[in-house]
Amino acid sequence: MTLWEKMKASPVLGGKEGVIGLAVLAAIIFVVLPLGVDIFRLNLIGKYLTYAFVAVGLVMLWGHGGILSLGQGIFFGLGGYAMAMFLKLEASDPLSTKIQSTPGIPDFMDWNQLTALPWFWEPFKSLPFTIFAVLTIPALFAYIIGYAMFKRRVGGVYFSIITQAVALILSILIVGQQGYTGGVNGMTDLRTMLGWDIRTDSAKYILYFVNGLLLFGAIFLSKYIMSSKFGMLLLAMRDKEERVRFSGYDVSNFKIFIFCLAAMMSAVGGAMFTLQVGFMSPSFVGIVPSIEMVIFCAVGGRASLIGAVYGTLLVNYGKTVFSENYPEMWLYLMGGLFIAVVMFFPSGLAGIWDKYATKYGWFKEKAKPVKKPEVSTSEVEAQAVLTDTATEASLATESTSVVSKKVTRKKADASPAIESNKLRGAEA
Amino acid sequence: MFGYSMAEIGNIVVMQGFSGLSMFTVLLLMALGLAIIFGQMGVINMAHGEFMTIGAYTTVLISKVAATYGFTNYYFVFAIAIAFVLAFAVGYFIEFIMIRHLYKRPLDTLLATWGLSLVMQQIFRSSFGAKEVSAELPEWMLGSFQPTPDIDIPINGVFVMVLAALVTFGVYMFMFKSRWGLRVRATVQNRTMAGAVGINTAKVDRVTFALGCGIAGIAGAAFTTIASTGPTTGTLYIVDSFMVVVFGGAASIVGTIASAFGIAQAQSVLQFFMTSSMGKVSTLLVIVTILMMKPEGLFASKLRK
Repeated sequence: MTLWEKMKASPVLGGKEGVIGLAVLAAIIFVVLPLGVDIFRLNLIGKYLTYAFVAVGLVMLWGHGGILSLGQGIFFGLGGYAMAMFLKLEASDPLSTKIQSTPGIPDFMDWNQLTALPWFWEPFKSLPFTIFAVLTIPALFAYIIGYAMFKRRVGGVYFSIITQAVALILSILIVGQQGYTGGVNGMTDLRTMLGWDIRTDSAKYILYFVNGLLLFGAIFLSKYIMSSKFGMLLLAMRDKEERVRFSGYDVSNFKIFIFCLAAMMSAVGGAMFTLQVGFMSPSFVGIVPSIEMVIFCAVGGRASLIGAVYGTLLVNYGKTVFSENYPEMWLYLMGGLFIAVVMFFPSGLAGIWDKYATKYGWFKEKAKPVKKPEVSTSEVEAQAVLTDTATEASLATESTSVVSKKVTRKKADASPAIESNKLRGAEA
Repeated sequence: MFGYSMAEIGNIVVMQGFSGLSMFTVLLLMALGLAIIFGQMGVINMAHGEFMTIGAYTTVLISKVAATYGFTNYYFVFAIAIAFVLAFAVGYFIEFIMIRHLYKRPLDTLLATWGLSLVMQQIFRSSFGAKEVSAELPEWMLGSFQPTPDIDIPINGVFVMVLAALVTFGVYMFMFKSRWGLRVRATVQNRTMAGAVGINTAKVDRVTFALGCGIAGIAGAAFTTIASTGPTTGTLYIVDSFMVVVFGGAASIVGTIASAFGIAQAQSVLQFFMTSSMGKVSTLLVIVTILMMKPEGLFASKLRK
């Protein structure tokens, strides 16, 4: 068996289409973009790709698990702040801060009349601890929230509202505790990591590639999880939670696990954000960034890992272009995007792609019945389930609203063509 | 405690309590609308704050008109009525074009209404400017009355409180004593059965949603008497109002009143002793912790699901 055949047969990668999808994405991220754009733009794209970690986490959590967390900014922020604390401590060595009244502590502490480093800052002097903290603290935090809520069977919109409140609490706390966190400006002026200047062009290139590799790591891990039995259970839980519970599974543990994993991925994204952008501020923690991250995932397709990456890139690119040129248009566009995606394309770009790919027969084998459902690819399966539930829902509605559904469907048919052209443009 | 004597603490609590009351009334009016929409229909309306802003801008505009034509003293009655009608109408329209397609997908409603709130904010910004504007209050609302030399009650606060009491009473009568309320409750309890006995459930949904939005409009009118209005005013209150509704127990009016009171007072009093941000953080933390212990809220009706 050649490598190609092995890859095609692998349930984790998701068949021929899955392999090609990953290869195209890898080619775009590692070859096309670094060669095609200058380092300033590439750094910007690297920043967008850090949000993609959150979006990939949300695909598992929301698209496959049916749990909508409006607090992913919490974990992105925790990861980012942990990394920022390490970098800030390194940037404020006694020599470069000798004009302060207390040399050796970060500048914002000095401005806020702190005379000693707070105890929880001490461990962040070491890089291994910082990396450990990036991976564990957000996951632990997610575990506490998840344990408290899922064990009591709090789900659905209540979970969303409460995670949103937690995001609000954390952002107010960071802004309010200026002496410990840098307040509303955040932690700025981060320079080196173990003596390596992260602001140079070469460092930016290296960080971009590290970021891309980590993102692919996250995607492979997610693909692996979703193609496993756990992935099937997750889908089952999303669609018929009671039935899974009656079958003897402890639903809450699965939910806690996936929530912690999504939190951990967001935190890695946050840490990479700090490294590439060179600062961290509370504006990436609160309600607005958290809900924007959900829309990245929704635009790409809430059930598609690769779609989430494209969605993140596209929305952020749009945001940059529009807020530079037509700032007042951006909110209309963003708001319209939320409404349009939810009402007309619930499965996002990935859904449009699937529809047209099947229609034009680019990936014929997709249309064939899947032989073994338990090893079928996560994406295809999820899309199928997603459309199934949508049909069920529309069948279940009263006859009056069925008429209106048809009207909506017609409307929906008009614009996918444009969207999918965009997608093809991005792939080419 | 904190370097104050007991008598001083007593006075602080009383004074901060009164300043908390105006926040309580706005929160209560916001939350009543939300309690109807979320508690009865299960729809998360993230644009609820923007419906409040509609009411607030309407009141500001009418106050400007009133100032030119010289009926400043009693424009507020019109303002409340028009704010309600406008917010009701917009709510009715939004339900028709958007919300009714999403009843089966509550999480998606949340995202769609968030998008709506962004669009509405930008509409406000484009049409009224980014600066905050305030209504010109009639003279009789400006003074304050003093039952004892230490205590100072602003009349606008009293007015808003009376308004909130009337609206609460009105909502109670509507929900529990009128035919419409009966239809709403029947639809919530068993949609299919309600349809079978001849209730037009689609219409009930639309009116319920629009009514919740209309009450948010009244909240906006009340808001102008205590603060100035900007395009993003609504978003400042949205999380708090959701906390009020969830904390009180989604479908309970008594719970909504009690939790609006508790949250507003706790924030107001705590903000005096700590910094304003820590006061808010500790209040929200306590609520979130209690909600994790008791997710159904304080005054939840006992239901089997």
